[in-house]
Amino acid sequence: MPSSQFTEFFNGAKATIPMVIGAIPFGIIFGTLAEPSGLSVWGAMAMSLFVYAGSSQFIAVGLLATGVGPIIIIATTFVVNLRHLLYATALVDKVIHLSQGWRALLAFGLTDESFTVVNSRYLGRTDTVHAHWFFLGSIVAMYSNWQFCTWLGIGLGELFPNMTNWGLDFAMSVTFLGIIIPYLRNKPMWLAVISAAAFAMVLQHLPNQLGLVISALAGIAIGYASQQIEIRLRLHKANSNVIKATIAGTASTRKIDASSMNGNREKAKP
Amino acid sequence: MNETMMIAGMAFVTFGVRYMMFAMAGRIRFALWFKQALAYVPPVVLSAIIAPLVLMPQGYIDLSLDNPYFWAALVAAGVGFWRQHLLTTIVVGLVCFVLLKWIMV
Repeated sequence: MPSSQFTEFFNGAKATIPMVIGAIPFGIIFGTLAEPSGLSVWGAMAMSLFVYAGSSQFIAVGLLATGVGPIIIIATTFVVNLRHLLYATALVDKVIHLSQGWRALLAFGLTDESFTVVNSRYLGRTDTVHAHWFFLGSIVAMYSNWQFCTWLGIGLGELFPNMTNWGLDFAMSVTFLGIIIPYLRNKPMWLAVISAAAFAMVLQHLPNQLGLVISALAGIAIGYASQQIEIRLRLHKANSNVIKATIAGTASTRKIDASSMNGNREKAKP
Repeated sequence: MNETMMIAGMAFVTFGVRYMMFAMAGRIRFALWFKQALAYVPPVVLSAIIAPLVLMPQGYIDLSLDNPYFWAALVAAGVGFWRQHLLTTIVVGLVCFVLLKWIMV
């Protein structure tokens, strides 16, 4: 690995440290939750190794505990992880020059956390020839930590069976909160986030995380609709300003015409 | 067996969603409205996940002093908007949560 690639890799891992810290308690709580919810030790570890998607693993364990079947759990995983399609769409131009092997590797590690870190590496920068090493560094940091914490959680869960009541799940909430904040830059985004939260609370008791799906769709629809309304209002304002300006403009040209004509007349005087 | 199938299915759909765009790089074009709507997905899904966890940990809306999730999240959000720094937000939120939990016990 040439030094520039190593530097990128190292910087990627380093930039992911805040996310790793948030994921430590979150990974541990996932490990501790596995056994009480009916997942085997092997199953919990396999989920972290192969699915590698914290929030949906967390939700899957919750569903499993209430006796929901595998098909619904897989469908819920799909819906919850659909947001990664956006992450991939945002980064697709950055991986277009890479081999399918590289692309598959980077896609596998495309979590909320790594996306947030990697996206800010690419934003407004042109020196991105080796930036996929940065991406890989972020993934390796996040992935190895996630495996370690799952394993630790499984062990601790056996030692302290009441650990599930310690509230370690707050680590997931605060990490997601930290990820949401930079998005809140305009009114449609605020509206979308607040309405999704409100829907999620009202519909919390619907079975099979149906409330989550409906809330997400409602939030997206409300955000998109208010964005369209905002755009149209702005266009309307701009248009009426143009009309006003045109009217004012013709009036003033008339004045200028009149005054210049007067001037001409005055000049014309002998 | 049931468990293996479930984990395999979860891994398949998760990787599928993450890999689809990368695999077809340059060969898929989305309509403008779809792209605009997609921009709302991450914050919306994340807030729909955490709102019930933070605001109604016992299953009902609880904004009392007995709900450390709410107060710690409020402090973390305040710090997040003020400092615009992720690590600070997460650490302050976690410390605040542990302190509140500890005071209450």
